[in-house]
Amino acid sequence: MGHNCKIDGVEGVQVFRGVVLQVLAWGWCGCNTYLVYGNDFPGPDGGLLGEVEAAEAALRDAAERGLAGAAGRQGADEATLRDYFTAVIEADQKIEPRDWMPEAYRKTLIRQIAQHAHSEIIGMQPEGNWITRAPSLKRKAILLAKVQDEAGHGLYLYAAAETLGVSRDELVQMLLEGRQKYSSIFNYPTLTWADVGAIGWLVDGAAIVNQVPLCRCSYGPYARAMIRICKEESFHQRQGYEILHTLSHGTPAQKAMAQDAIDRWWYPSLAMFGPPDTASTHSEQSMAWKIKRFSNDELRQRFVDMCVQQAEILGLTLPDPDLRWNEQRQAYDYTQPDYDELMRVIKGDGPCNRQRIEHRRRAHREGAWVREAAAAYAAKDRVRQEAAA
Amino acid sequence: MSDVSWPLWEVFVRARRGLSHTHVGSLRAPDAAMALRNARDLYTRRQEGVSIWVVPAAGITASSPDEKDAFFEPAADKVYRHPTFYQVPDGVAHL
Repeated sequence: MGHNCKIDGVEGVQVFRGVVLQVLAWGWCGCNTYLVYGNDFPGPDGGLLGEVEAAEAALRDAAERGLAGAAGRQGADEATLRDYFTAVIEADQKIEPRDWMPEAYRKTLIRQIAQHAHSEIIGMQPEGNWITRAPSLKRKAILLAKVQDEAGHGLYLYAAAETLGVSRDELVQMLLEGRQKYSSIFNYPTLTWADVGAIGWLVDGAAIVNQVPLCRCSYGPYARAMIRICKEESFHQRQGYEILHTLSHGTPAQKAMAQDAIDRWWYPSLAMFGPPDTASTHSEQSMAWKIKRFSNDELRQRFVDMCVQQAEILGLTLPDPDLRWNEQRQAYDYTQPDYDELMRVIKGDGPCNRQRIEHRRRAHREGAWVREAAAAYAAKDRVRQEAAA
Repeated sequence: MSDVSWPLWEVFVRARRGLSHTHVGSLRAPDAAMALRNARDLYTRRQEGVSIWVVPAAGITASSPDEKDAFFEPAADKVYRHPTFYQVPDGVAHL
């Protein structure tokens, strides 16, 4: 890389240590949320994180309300079971793993949760690409933590999918064989350090807008995993924004690098919300089941409206000459992403599709001996314990 | 060999002293020691807990949601188990 990104240097390390000390200083405190996520956690009106908290509260409330006229007795016929399922969803309550559910509901959830899990796993690659070249120790520690979070999110989601009667091994296999998809966004390359910032701000930002409504999803294990994930994602988004802010207030070359990253990531990020409502195949039924709460276009609009002001503060430009406030709609008019490109990338023809899946296969292959060794050790240990007993 | 799938473990975390362990999710691991380590890395990256239990999922016996009503019915008609069932005469203190 020709760019010199050493912008944090030694003081960065001190800031990092300061944060650690601050965390230690908080020590025991009554509220885990405060301890873990800081003191800027907004209330119910306080933006996306507030919505996550509200979803968590709603989940508890619904659980306490109970549902009158519970059906689902042993041997009940399918119509009765289906009525009960519908009643639970209409009352904004959660469907739990062992409840009766329509086969299509189960399949839709498995497909969606698996695709989401795979996205987290593949999503480690574009940023992992920069761990060894992060411009300071602070940035490196942060990026490591972020990539580790993504692995963790993948695992929360595989665990949620497993409650639907599919095993993690089956899902991993489907990813490796290309039988299940992951988000198209991770098929774009990370060419400069600024891309790590753009991914945090735009890609994670879009993911949060997409995912916050999933905290209210009708399937309990998925909703609970999403609440956890969304809280952690907000650190991801802020770290990306901070990288871009630092670059845009650095040298002209650094600012240009930040602008270039935004120019390349803006439209692929808009495409993350999926095809326009007129062409979306899964939406209607998912809305009825309360798996999905808003349409692709509604969420995309929400994301655009949030980004405009954030870009202004960065002092950077969103690459859309037609972006302007529409007084009548009380929203920004914007240029749609190239949906043909989205379809091409989804079908396997993006800049990095082959590289991403090949890398995942290699990592899986090269990790085989670790899995084998751990299984052999566990087997040996069992035999030893049985002999001792 | 690598297609031997690891067993599933359910993870319970005690958030702080004084609270009970709460179910947080599950994970795959070859044995209990690895399950505990994986649970630490997966579910307590942000100091979410001071204690972890891992339980083999296969070792849990759960009541069936299908028989939910019949199973819990005996409790429903015993309202006298709740203090609110009893009438307290006016003026009685400390009861």
